Amino acid sequence: MIYLKLFLGFLKVGCFSFGGAYAAIPLIRDVVRGYGWMTEDQLAYMIAVSESTPGPIMVNLATFTGATQAGLAGAALATFAVVLPAFLVILLAATVLRRLMDSSGVQAVLKGLAPCVTGIILATGACMIVGSLSGPQGLDLPALVLTAVLAGVLLFSQKVLRKKISPILLILLSAGLGVLIYGLAPLLA
Amino acid sequence: MKPIVELFLTFFKIGLFTFGGGYAMISVVEDQCVERKKWITQEEMVQMTVLAESTPGPVAINAATYVGFQRAGLSGAAAATLGVVLPSFGVIFLISQFLEGFLEIPLIASAFQGIKLGVGVLIFRTGLQMALKAKMGPLAKGIFLASFLAMLAAGLFSLPVSSVALLVLAGILGFSVYWAKGAAK
Repeated sequence: MIYLKLFLGFLKVGCFSFGGAYAAIPLIRDVVRGYGWMTEDQLAYMIAVSESTPGPIMVNLATFTGATQAGLAGAALATFAVVLPAFLVILLAATVLRRLMDSSGVQAVLKGLAPCVTGIILATGACMIVGSLSGPQGLDLPALVLTAVLAGVLLFSQKVLRKKISPILLILLSAGLGVLIYGLAPLLA
Repeated sequence: MKPIVELFLTFFKIGLFTFGGGYAMISVVEDQCVERKKWITQEEMVQMTVLAESTPGPVAINAATYVGFQRAGLSGAAAATLGVVLPSFGVIFLISQFLEGFLEIPLIASAFQGIKLGVGVLIFRTGLQMALKAKMGPLAKGIFLASFLAMLAAGLFSLPVSSVALLVLAGILGFSVYWAKGAAK
């Protein structure tokens, strides 16, 4: 039953996504790859689309997945599911749970969750980079060059310019470099 | 104008004009709800941000629900949340209908090969910054390392490790250590 799967899958995303857009992507990736709703390429494509359209990435990805899997009803259901936990938690917090959030028991659970989230995010980033680096014949050289350039740009902006480069700018840059390295290089060779 | 209608329209506008999500959204919400409409105070705004950060879900949804509820109860919360979600829902739904086969164009495909790497680098950076900023004790360091290695192994050797299961385990571990400390006292 695709509707139930969409609802449960994105309910899970909505329940466990702490700490902003890029922190939520590992979890979304887990769910959409686990159910076979998106390939790695489609996911990267949708993250770029989400960056250049309004609204939270999480909501955008839920809408898109629902729409491609089960039309308008699927899109509405997946979006509803991803929003529901945040909505309910804030309602509870605004009414009865304010003191509970400060309670040491809840803080203890959050203390366990925070390093786990960090570990998962770091590992996901590493896996995505390694996945791109390993081509059909071992090491993919263009990908290695691209990774080095992107890492260099990040380091340069942070250490020398002392400014955090925006995700949108970095994605635009990686798209341009992708066209240059993957698209044009074979034509010249 | 009825408060519910006004909430819906204001958050519709916020949803329509904030790109990049998360913290970009916070400043727009502050401008609209604190400065212009005076729906919540500056102090409430700070409390709300902390609450949004320590609860799951997109910050934009958290903010809309909170402000809507403070202003007009349950129906206000529903109106504001619907308003903030609707613009992106419409835009993405349209895109999903018209862009089929877009990925097969060679030039687009190579752009997205680059983007795939770029997104990986962005996520890695987010994780790295979170790890460097956090003040971790021995327990937290252990949980961090264990979940990092588990997910890395899962990704590299295609093992069936679920991130949700890891999170639930870490939450239980955090609580039991706290509970055991309490029992020891």
